[in-house]
Amino acid sequence: MSVSKRRVRGIFRKELREYRHNGNIIVAMVIFPLIFLIQPLLTVLTEATSASNGLAHEHVLLYMLAIPALVPAALASYSVVGERQQGTLEPVLATPIRREEFLLGKALAAFVPSLAISYAVLAFFLACVELFAHPGIASALLRGPDLLAQLLFTPLLAAWSIWVGIAISARSSDVRVAGQLSLLASLPSVAVTTLIALDVIHPTFGLALGGAAVLLVLDAMGWRITSAAFDRERLITGTR
Amino acid sequence: MIYLIRWLIRMLRRPTVPVEPLAASPVGVPAAAPGRDEAAARTLGHFVSAGRVAVPRTTQGAPALSVHSLGKRFGDRIAFQDVSFEIGYGEVFGFLGPNGAGKTTTVRTLGTLIAPTSGSAMVAGFPLTPENGVAIRRRISIMPESPGLYLRLSVAENLGCFADLYEVADPKDRIGRALRAVNLADRAHDACGTLSKGLRQRVALARALLSDPQVLFLDEPTAGLDPVAARDVHDLIDDLRQRGVTIFLTTHRLEEAERLCDRVAILNTTLRTIGRPSELRDHLFARTLAVKTLVPLTDPDGVFAGLSAVDGWHHDGAAGYVLSVSDPAVAAPAATRALVTAGADVLSISESRHSLEDVYLELVNQDQEASRR
Repeated sequence: MSVSKRRVRGIFRKELREYRHNGNIIVAMVIFPLIFLIQPLLTVLTEATSASNGLAHEHVLLYMLAIPALVPAALASYSVVGERQQGTLEPVLATPIRREEFLLGKALAAFVPSLAISYAVLAFFLACVELFAHPGIASALLRGPDLLAQLLFTPLLAAWSIWVGIAISARSSDVRVAGQLSLLASLPSVAVTTLIALDVIHPTFGLALGGAAVLLVLDAMGWRITSAAFDRERLITGTR
Repeated sequence: MIYLIRWLIRMLRRPTVPVEPLAASPVGVPAAAPGRDEAAARTLGHFVSAGRVAVPRTTQGAPALSVHSLGKRFGDRIAFQDVSFEIGYGEVFGFLGPNGAGKTTTVRTLGTLIAPTSGSAMVAGFPLTPENGVAIRRRISIMPESPGLYLRLSVAENLGCFADLYEVADPKDRIGRALRAVNLADRAHDACGTLSKGLRQRVALARALLSDPQVLFLDEPTAGLDPVAARDVHDLIDDLRQRGVTIFLTTHRLEEAERLCDRVAILNTTLRTIGRPSELRDHLFARTLAVKTLVPLTDPDGVFAGLSAVDGWHHDGAAGYVLSVSDPAVAAPAATRALVTAGADVLSISESRHSLEDVYLELVNQDQEASRR
């Protein structure tokens, strides 16, 4: 099966235009990570240097991996059922677009802004730490492996969250149900990253490598599984 | 004659891709309908692309749509069944029926959006199978009943998205021409959400024209349009017909079907009838003459009995008579002469005309009565 880049780009650009015309979507995407940022920022900025020993056993940065797991869930959950509800799905599916192309365009449109926001929030956090935290705290937080894990796992978690969200969206008949289910589905990823951040699960190189490999496989499978869940006839007629 | 000359001049001026004559088919796919040139002469004149639709060499001579015993069930519920017809390239085919008759499901099935449960079909030269979905959808266009526009996006942005989905070459130019065809060029940058229902309908029509389809499915294209806008759509349909585009038109506006369609089919889960509107009228209704006199005739039986081409008569009010005739052109002069001879003061003699609406209502009533029995 060949994928038409132009058709994927058509869906992707349409979605970005919708975000641009409806600023509330972007605001809602940004507000959540900013709220998420308050607690770690306050903790880090108000800690004395003596606390750096304690922080050395935690992985506060990894705590922020919850952002790429949660932020795209809402966008992804709206992607199919939202189009269906506003009556725009049928004209799109009546074009030569394949379901894989449609889903890829939708996934990219959720992936790119989520990634941008996650990295922007991370950069903001790092800048605040570097500029305003005690040097001891800063050096306890800004560790190479943690930063690398953050950079690596952000796209992997975002992609997984997006495929789960789109799969739920393709099978739901109501936008609200899809939104809530998608959020629930992204909670396990948030739970794991939080447990690692708090050192309940001890992070090792092997664990990181294994986790990355599993997520990579899940992301690759996600496209196939979501495509299989996408039933053109059921979406058009509401039957089956 | 003057229209024929105009049409010939226009055809000679146009750079055309020749379309072979339609092959005769079991259900009589007609050649392009005669007498449509008057409307075509008033066309918008700047539609999407010049010239006729290029019918693929492999499908030349074959019908644009060929449907055999097609059916669709949703569980126990039959949406439509045993539907068969053929439609030639350049034909405007009306698909009529009451709500829930299966019209939209038929369009969706032929548009590869849903799979049939029985029967087979060829759409734009391709067998209707899941493997041919993309190939078929490249050659057809569907305008659904609801416009389905992205309301926050502008008109041009909406069309831009679909130009990408159809992989249209030179999309800017195509979008401009499609918008001019529906008289919306000046609203290109307006958000679709700010447009009236009628204007949204026109945007949806422009979207359907973007890909220069061989077969265009129009589901209630004039619903919600004011008379002027509806007339523009009618002119556009005439123009598309001239270019060889096959149009499958579902509509509830029977006068629209009568004016635009070469043939119509009436569906009520099964196909009730199919043919040219005039054929359907003649098939379903006896031809009659309505006679009105100033005062009731003293011996109407003596006046009408035995007249040539008159098969019988009955009263229609005190001084009104309906004559069943085999040929109105023979019966009308004979009846006039008989009335004058009888000394009757004749107010009018006219042939009773049944509309497509009469045909439609007659068939639907027959179905309703059959279901009550």
